Order: sequence, then C-alpha cells, then structure tokens
Amino acid sequence: MTRWPITLLVVLLVAGCGGLGPSAADQPNTLVTMGFGLPDEHATARVAVFKQRRPDVDLRINEGVFDEQQFLSSVAAGDPPDLVYADRRKLGGYAARGAVQDLGPCLRSRQVDLGQYREAAVRQVTYRGTVYGVPDFFTVRVLILNNPVLREAGVDPAALLAGDWKALAEAAAALARVQDGRVQRIGFDPRMPEFVALWAKANGADLLGDEPHLDDPRVVEAVRFAADLVRAQGGWASFKAFRDTFDSFGANNEFVSGQLAAMVMDSWYVNTLAANSPDVDVTVAPFTDRRGDPLTEAGGQAWAVPKGARHPELACEFIATMTAADTWVTAAEARRDALAKKGKPYSGTFTANRAADERIFNEVFDPRGIRVLQQGVEVVRSVQDEAFALPPNPAASDLVRSWESAVTRVLFGRQTPEESMAQAQREADRAIVRVGGR
Amino acid sequence: MSTREARAGWLFVLPWVIGFLLLTAGPMLYSLFLSFTHYDLLKPARFTGLTNYREILRDGRAATALWNTVFFTLLHVPLQIVLALGLASLLRRAGRSAGFFRTVLFLPTMTPPVALAALFLLLLNGQNGAVNAMLGWFGFTGPQWTTDPAWIKPGLVLMSLWTIGSTAVLYLAALTRVPGERYEAARLDGASAFRQFWHVTLPGISGTVYFTLIVNTIASLQVFTEAYTMFFGARPSSPAEGDAALFYVIYLFQEAFGSLRMGYASALAWVLFLVIAAITALQVRLSRDYVHYEDRA
Repeated sequence: MTRWPITLLVVLLVAGCGGLGPSAADQPNTLVTMGFGLPDEHATARVAVFKQRRPDVDLRINEGVFDEQQFLSSVAAGDPPDLVYADRRKLGGYAARGAVQDLGPCLRSRQVDLGQYREAAVRQVTYRGTVYGVPDFFTVRVLILNNPVLREAGVDPAALLAGDWKALAEAAAALARVQDGRVQRIGFDPRMPEFVALWAKANGADLLGDEPHLDDPRVVEAVRFAADLVRAQGGWASFKAFRDTFDSFGANNEFVSGQLAAMVMDSWYVNTLAANSPDVDVTVAPFTDRRGDPLTEAGGQAWAVPKGARHPELACEFIATMTAADTWVTAAEARRDALAKKGKPYSGTFTANRAADERIFNEVFDPRGIRVLQQGVEVVRSVQDEAFALPPNPAASDLVRSWESAVTRVLFGRQTPEESMAQAQREADRAIVRVGGR
Repeated sequence: MSTREARAGWLFVLPWVIGFLLLTAGPMLYSLFLSFTHYDLLKPARFTGLTNYREILRDGRAATALWNTVFFTLLHVPLQIVLALGLASLLRRAGRSAGFFRTVLFLPTMTPPVALAALFLLLLNGQNGAVNAMLGWFGFTGPQWTTDPAWIKPGLVLMSLWTIGSTAVLYLAALTRVPGERYEAARLDGASAFRQFWHVTLPGISGTVYFTLIVNTIASLQVFTEAYTMFFGARPSSPAEGDAALFYVIYLFQEAFGSLRMGYASALAWVLFLVIAAITALQVRLSRDYVHYEDRA
C-alpha cells in the first residue's frame, strides 16, 4: 500500500528537478536575449534582418524590460543569457564589475568600425580601455520652450538660452504662476535631481571623473542655483506634486495645457510631443553652459555579452547585425511605412551609429510638415556630437543614489548645498572603497 | 498510533517538510551565513565576521528606514484595529443588508497592491487629488501627501486603511460569538453602552484582537509593495521625495539588488527578524494578562 505514494513522490520530485538539466541556452545555434523587447519596427525589422541572414538560429527573445536582479543572478548562477540589452549607464558598471565580456576581439573579427559610433556612447561602454558593449539608441538633453506662454509673459527666449543663470532665474519667476501656495504653472523645470550632472557640467565641473567630485564648489553652486529656482516656483513639495499631474504622454500634455513654460528634457520627448500633439507650438533649443556654448548629456542603451554566455560568437554576429548602418536604415524604412499607413509622420531614429543617422535623416525622415519635428530634430542632431557622458564606475548605483539623495535634501531645504554635497562625497567615497574600486 | 499509521502520516507531511527545508529553512540558514560575509553575486563570498552588523549600528539610512517603519506601524496598527472594530460593530447592526455591506467592505482587499498604489498616487496628489478636494469642501487646505516628507507616511497609513475590510470581517465573526446573555446581564446591572463594550465586548473578542494585533504588526514591519510602487518605481535608488518612504524592507532590497551588497542585506534581514521576534514575544507576554479565551475560562 505504501509503495504507490512513495513512487508518486519520487516521480513528482524527479519531474520537479527537470529544471536542473540543460537549459535552453545550452542548445547549439540558440541565442537567448535579455532586456530586449519587440515593441515596434525598430526592433522587429532589425530582428528580421538577422533571421534572414541566419535562418538556422533559434532566436529566443525574452521580452520585457531589463531586470538587474534577474541578470546578475543569472550570471552568478552560471546560467546567463547570450545577450543583454540595457541602459549604457548600468552596463558600464557591470563592465567594471566583470559581469560582461570584452567585445574587442568580436568587433575586430566582424570589422565593426567603432569610429562610426558617437564618442560619448562608446565612452559609456568602455572601461579601462576595453570595450564591453555596442551602443544602440542615442538620446541627448535639450531645452523645450512653450512659445505661447513665453510670448504671453513677455519673456525673451534668449534669457533661457544664453546660459545666463541670473536671467534664467528671473525668467523662471516671471513665467511661473503660484497662487495661495498652489502651483498653477512651472516657469522653468531644471529636472533635478536626475539632471544634476548636466547642471554641474554647465558650471564647469565633472560630477564624476576617475573619482567623484560631488563636493566641488562648482557642483555645490549648481545645486544651489537649481534649488533656488525651484523654491521661487512654489517649493519642491508643491512643484513636484504639480508636475506629477502632467499628462506628459497625452494630447493635452503640459505644453498644450500651458502648465509648463520651459524645461530641459531628453530628446525622445520631442518625438513624443510630435506624435501626441503635432500642432504644439514649442521651440527646441540646445542647453548651454554658462559661457553660452551648447552642452548636452548622452543616454541610451547598449548590447553586451554576459560573462559565461554559451554562444558569444553568435551573440557577436547578432550585435554586429543589429547595430549596422544598413540594418538601422531598413528598420527606419519599416517604421516610416508603418506610421505612414496610419497617416502619421516619421520622426526619425536617433542611433549611436553616426553613419546610420546620416542616412536615416537624409533618406527616410518624413516629418510631414510638423514644425516641432522639423525644427526640433535639427537641433537634436546639431548637439549629438557635443554630448558628454559619465564614465563607467563599479559603484555607479551607489554614486547615483548619493548625489540624487543629496540634491533632494537641498530641494527640501533640509541641508545646505555645502553640507549635503559633502555628505554625498563621503558616501560616494565609502561606496567606491566597498566595491574595491580604489 | 501504529507504526504504519505513523509512517503514512510522515509521508503525507513529507512534501511540506521537503519544501520547508529546501525553500525556507535552507535559504534562511544560507542568509545567516551570508550576513557574516561580503558578497556581491559576482565574486565568491568573503568572510567578514560581525562587520555587517557593526555597520548597521552606524548606518544612518538603516536607522531612518527603521524609524519610518516603526512610525508607520505605530500609526497603522492601532488605527486599523479601532476602525475595523467600529465598522464591524456597525455591520452587526446592519440587519438583512449585512451580507451586502460585508461584501462591499471586503472588496477593496481584492485590489492588487500595485494598482492600489497607482490609484492612491492620484487620490492623494496635493494639487488636484480627490482627498484634498474633499478636505476643501470642509474648508481645509490639504497637505502635499505624496511629496511633502512630513505627510508621506500619514498618506501611506491612510492608503493602508483601504484594506481594513479583512480585519473588520474577522471582528464581525468574533462579535457574533459573544453570548447575548452577557449583554442582558450587564444591562440589568445598569451598565452604559461604553461599559458594556469595555467589560463584555472587548474581553469577548480579545482573542481575535490579539491575533490581528500580531498579524498586522508583523505585516506593517515588512511593508514594501505599495510604498515601493508609489515612490521608488520610477527611480529605485533615490526617489524625488527623499527618504520619507524608505521603509526597512525597501532599504534591504536596495542594498541587495541595487548595491549588490548581499551580505549586508542579509544582516539587515536578520536584524528585522530579531526585531519582529522581540515585539511578538512582548505581545505574547502581555496577552497572558489581557487576552481572554472562552475555552480556557
């Protein structure tokens, strides 16, 4: 009588342990990706190019956003995917920690010319002279000005453009509307604390070089300026609560509704504005440093091959195909055609591959007379090669937390900029020592 | 019990025992080991003795996170108990429509925590949220619930009361079990409504109140999902609201999966385990004097 339950139990246990056998990634000619999805033609058309070239490869795209925990656990367990697609700021940190492989030999064997890629993007995936990733998309940060609001308030756009912080503060105060402690319009949104590196650079300081410079007097001055800017517009609690009410991805976004006069923002938002409110009357302009020179910060994703990947050669071939200029152009055409069927403009694709961008914007770009695209895209393209990027650091997550928390404390008025940034510097130093980066 | 019966009994509990050893006891022991090491997932764990525990004592953010969690618990648990008891008392008087109201009261408990958090971000918005709009009807200017550090925790407590229904349903069941003749006797003795509640109702349901006190205290000390979704979803490392919503388990999660400090996070987890164990032990000790069980009378 007792044999049956025991047999059943053994069968269940054996079945349950099925996962201990070979994983999908062990199969020959299988390519498993992580962090990459197929939301539009930029992804599907490029994947189609690879599949056309390598129909024998079983490509397994693990759709979904990049999950740091899932990725690092898989590397630690010796069962990583063949490819990982993530924010370049994160990948740099993984390179510094040895979680991804050196791609130098792979790129040389595939004759991938990194000289075609934007310098800031390559810097983000290069650690101690070794390239660990291939940049994919490329974003920059620009100013977006709400023309009707500026005209109505009689504010000269030049006050927001010249890098003159005194004029900017006066313009922001004139543009903002605060009544009985309630914010009704933001005059200028400096996008703090997330854009602190850009403001520091505008004041001549590198937030992070080989070492963090969080308590540099120029960084402190930039933080104080941004905090004062916010304080003059209702204070951080009201300012942030008001910003949270924006319908940023809708037709009645903050520019259409007149809730925002101006802000510094990632370039992808120009495309979002054009798609959701094509008639919006805005001016896109370069962000400038205090001397008035254009300045912007690079962002975007990159491909990398994790340590312990089963098919590094195949992964390399996939990366080379996905980021090649021809593939990008094919994807851009597919995207343009799909949008055209819906009667919508194609706002272009900003890649880290300069050669691809050249062809996309000369041959495929289809703004259909939408002003924000015609004017905005030109500005975005003009500043792409001026972009700076923070270098990879093994303690990147901790460093970002240190400086963003510090700026938040100043925004709330809980600490002076000097105290807060000094505390952030101490925290950053400790974090770097902890990860053995010193 | 015969040997055969004992063997069969063990066989039936064996899947649970295996699951417990492999999925609970094993990882717990492993995390205890990790708490004495430096481990970043990518390199082998390095033994560091009591360093992690000593660091917790000096860690300002750990102290902030612990204080936030205790503050939330001290507000949430008593409020939950008092309001749930009030609602259960009202439900008991609802007569025929009690079933309908019981369902209505319990329904919010079914809302997924992430959806609940997203909903309350809108309701609690200081500029145009519904909560402040309602306060405005009575002439009050509502605070910035989601952005002012002084009001973030009270806002989270307000949100946590959304799921009061599950506790109220437990109290309702307990209230119906209090013998009616005790109230009759109390009334004959001239006891006021308050004295009836204090001397008859409360002792009669003290076992259930004690149970909810322990369960809600443990749950509050482990609060994570709603606060994380509301304030850490967009920027996991440093939300724009500062550390006001940094609860202990959120900090533990940040240290483990943001900073990859698995050893330190394990030490944080064991400290929390000890704090919960100590508080629960205290509650058990106090229950001897204040909790009344019918079957032990």
